[in-house]
Amino acid sequence: MKEFLETSVFFGVWISLAAYLIGWGIQRKWKLTIFNPLLIAIVLVIVILLLTGTGYDVYYEGAKYISYLMTPATICLAVPLYEQLELLQKNYKALLLGILAGVLTSLCSILLMTVVFGLEHGAYVTLLPKSITTAIGISISEELGGYISITVAVIIITGLLGNMFGEAACRLFRITEPIAKGVAMGTSAHVMGTSKAMEMGEVEGAMSSLSIVVSGMLTVVGAAVFAMFL
Amino acid sequence: MKYVKQLGIIMTLSFVGEVLHEIVPLPIPANIYGIVLMFLCLECGILKVSSVKEVSSVLIEVMPLMFIPAAVGLLDTWGLIQNAWIAYLVTTVVSTFVVLFVAGRVTQFVIRRTRAKAQADEIDTREDLEQEAKEA
Repeated sequence: MKEFLETSVFFGVWISLAAYLIGWGIQRKWKLTIFNPLLIAIVLVIVILLLTGTGYDVYYEGAKYISYLMTPATICLAVPLYEQLELLQKNYKALLLGILAGVLTSLCSILLMTVVFGLEHGAYVTLLPKSITTAIGISISEELGGYISITVAVIIITGLLGNMFGEAACRLFRITEPIAKGVAMGTSAHVMGTSKAMEMGEVEGAMSSLSIVVSGMLTVVGAAVFAMFL
Repeated sequence: MKYVKQLGIIMTLSFVGEVLHEIVPLPIPANIYGIVLMFLCLECGILKVSSVKEVSSVLIEVMPLMFIPAAVGLLDTWGLIQNAWIAYLVTTVVSTFVVLFVAGRVTQFVIRRTRAKAQADEIDTREDLEQEAKEA
């Protein structure tokens, strides 16, 4: 069985999909934030891998075909964004200021927390790109001398937090304008937040997509500057 | 053929993004070049929304699934974070929600202020017009 799994092409994809569908079913039954389909799927897959003693590389051999679609899918976010072009032009000032404020807050909060926890420079630059899309985050972390795999981990956890609690946080923080909700989701939790914003509404999704691009670019410059502070 | 064409366009942009990432010496990944290119193509009318609509909707809907493999990879990273995991986790949680708060509230503030200003201007013009009408 184990040898078979190691050569199987569909195991990784199948188990990810099955776990996600189970997660989705659970959330539909008990409408609780903590029952996030993505979180359930991740936990289920990890548990199954640990129980069956299957290594991550074996799983990834199949699962990589899902990850492969990430780039084309992100590019497609331009379509709903373009459909909201008018809104974008009308609110460009609010959008840019909001995203810029978010990026600066991200960098400052990480600097502050790193000092509080007494972490070293390596850990600091590892955390700097945590709120942006993985692909840019990895290259920033690499450039500045961070631990790449930890950067990936914190980016994923950030995304998961946004995906799970973003909607509730917007309510708690009284962010009610759909445009502002989108900016909040995309600037704080990149693509994973955006994927949730898409479910919240067309405007939210589009503005969140815009935030991924703008905050990603701003962080490239911002992180390089902030890296010199510690 | 409709879907084949749509997929063709999306994959072309992905590939062009990859090429740009290769030749331009900036830390910008293929997907960011791709999303900007797609937006520009739509904006300039090189592409119509209808020529990518269906396949892009499918890809966006399936997107959450694509995060699973990388997240399961946390399994392998655990060993590295073990010692300082509380610091990493607390920093991540705090920073995420602070950013969400600031980005959202600043955007909302500017939108509302602009809207209030526009309304005030409108009232001003209306009053001016009424004034003029009266004087006339």
